[in-house]
Amino acid sequence: MTLVQPLTTPAPEAGHAPAAAILRNASVRFGTFTAIQDLSLEIEAGAFYTILGPSGCGKSTMLRLVSDLIPAASGEVEIFGKSTEEARLAREFAFVFQDATLLPWRSALQNVELPLEIGRKRGIEIKTSDRSPRELLELVGLKGREDALPHELSGGMRQRVAIARALVCQPRLLLMDEPFGALDEMTRDHLNLQLLQIWEETGTTILFVTHSIPEAVFLGQKVLMLQAHPGRLREVVEIDLPFPRAIKQRETPEFMRYAAYLRELLETC
Amino acid sequence: MAVIDDIPAQSAQDTERAEATRRKINAVAVPLGTAAALLACWQIGVRVFGVPNYIAPAPSDVAVTLVQEFPLLMQNFWPTLYESLLGFAVGNLAAVLIAVAFVHNRVVERAFFPIAVFVNTIPILAIAPILVLIFGAGLTAKVVIAALICFFPTLVNMVRGLQSVSPQALELARILSASKAEVFWKIRLPSSLPYLFSALKIAATTCVIGAIVGEWVGADRGLGALIIDATFNFRSALLYATVFLSSGLSVLMFATVSIVERLVVRW
Repeated sequence: MTLVQPLTTPAPEAGHAPAAAILRNASVRFGTFTAIQDLSLEIEAGAFYTILGPSGCGKSTMLRLVSDLIPAASGEVEIFGKSTEEARLAREFAFVFQDATLLPWRSALQNVELPLEIGRKRGIEIKTSDRSPRELLELVGLKGREDALPHELSGGMRQRVAIARALVCQPRLLLMDEPFGALDEMTRDHLNLQLLQIWEETGTTILFVTHSIPEAVFLGQKVLMLQAHPGRLREVVEIDLPFPRAIKQRETPEFMRYAAYLRELLETC
Repeated sequence: MAVIDDIPAQSAQDTERAEATRRKINAVAVPLGTAAALLACWQIGVRVFGVPNYIAPAPSDVAVTLVQEFPLLMQNFWPTLYESLLGFAVGNLAAVLIAVAFVHNRVVERAFFPIAVFVNTIPILAIAPILVLIFGAGLTAKVVIAALICFFPTLVNMVRGLQSVSPQALELARILSASKAEVFWKIRLPSSLPYLFSALKIAATTCVIGAIVGEWVGADRGLGALIIDATFNFRSALLYATVFLSSGLSVLMFATVSIVERLVVRW
């Protein structure tokens, strides 16, 4: 069974688990510049996707399109069968930026609680995680730092707060735009492992943009390779490495083979 | 072994602490010492060259006047404090509200910002008589002048502060489907606070200038009125004492704002 397929076939038949996201010939244009051209793909619910591609291939644009930050110039995007706007209002997805984007005057805990406060006064029903904000901070390994202000935390800790904040509304789709790009190697490894653990525990779908080939192979079940000028899908590479993954796996020949293959692919993009 | 190791560590720590204390004392002692030396030069200069008291009083004369005329000084201190505080409140509140309007409506900004700049370019000394003519010699004119002098720096800073929100924070708000009001209260307003306090610190001292200028133009009470009175009566020591008190008022206002800032802006 292919988990991801260019949509030459119609929508999946009934009884099939609904896709987390479906893009049908979606294009994004900024003025005369075409950032994404006719992108069609289906994101299977519960899977971990990493997105690779040369700069300018529309990796971030794709996440922005899915998260309703920018509109599609043509084509359709569906999130769990809803329009991107409906999905946004229902908090189906959460976004983790490269920069943690914490509010500096709020403590770690208050930052995690922010999504719960937004819309509450307007009587909007907010989906909440089974875990309290406090438990989520514990899940990302920040127990005891609940009251710390962002400037008192390291870059890695801030990003973990951002992940906890993203999880607080129990999103079914987690969009991550190079979340660990600015961190040092050690912190990055650690957070990669933690993210995999969170993914397994929460069962959420993850779309993870990265610049790093090893990171893409290490995290993903599928690597979406995008191509630039204009941005479009080049290839979907299935990473058939066993879970749970361990850092040591990166030294195995299989891992190296995937990395080498992706590197070659990237060079021709 | 451990005990022996402990000793140098302990003494190193002690030296460090002593060093820190010395640095702290220096930080206070150097400026204080300089000020005291300058005062001493002034005192000696006035006495040695026999400068008449009405031209330049010695610091000791000023100090004596400050004590002797304390009731008179305080009688004039309170009105100025009152005018300054009211002007500070009115001017900054107006600036903050207008800044909010500017940020939410570009048309309002385009319409009124040039006018705000124009008003700011008029010297306060030139506009004060106009305001006294309009509002009379009472409290209102002084408050308006003090408010006017506070207004512009706060307006400019507050607009910058409200716009200082990172684009990513706004994207976060969008993903959370935040309303305009929520973006304002939860993100824009707190983001602007450091900018607002920079402006308030400027306003804390300028509002006193505004109140005093207002009193110069027409008043029978207040530090400004006392300055005029003392000058025309050649009571130089009283003049200096009044000036000293005026600057004391500014320092008091500034210190208050700084303390509030430290309590509010903890990040």
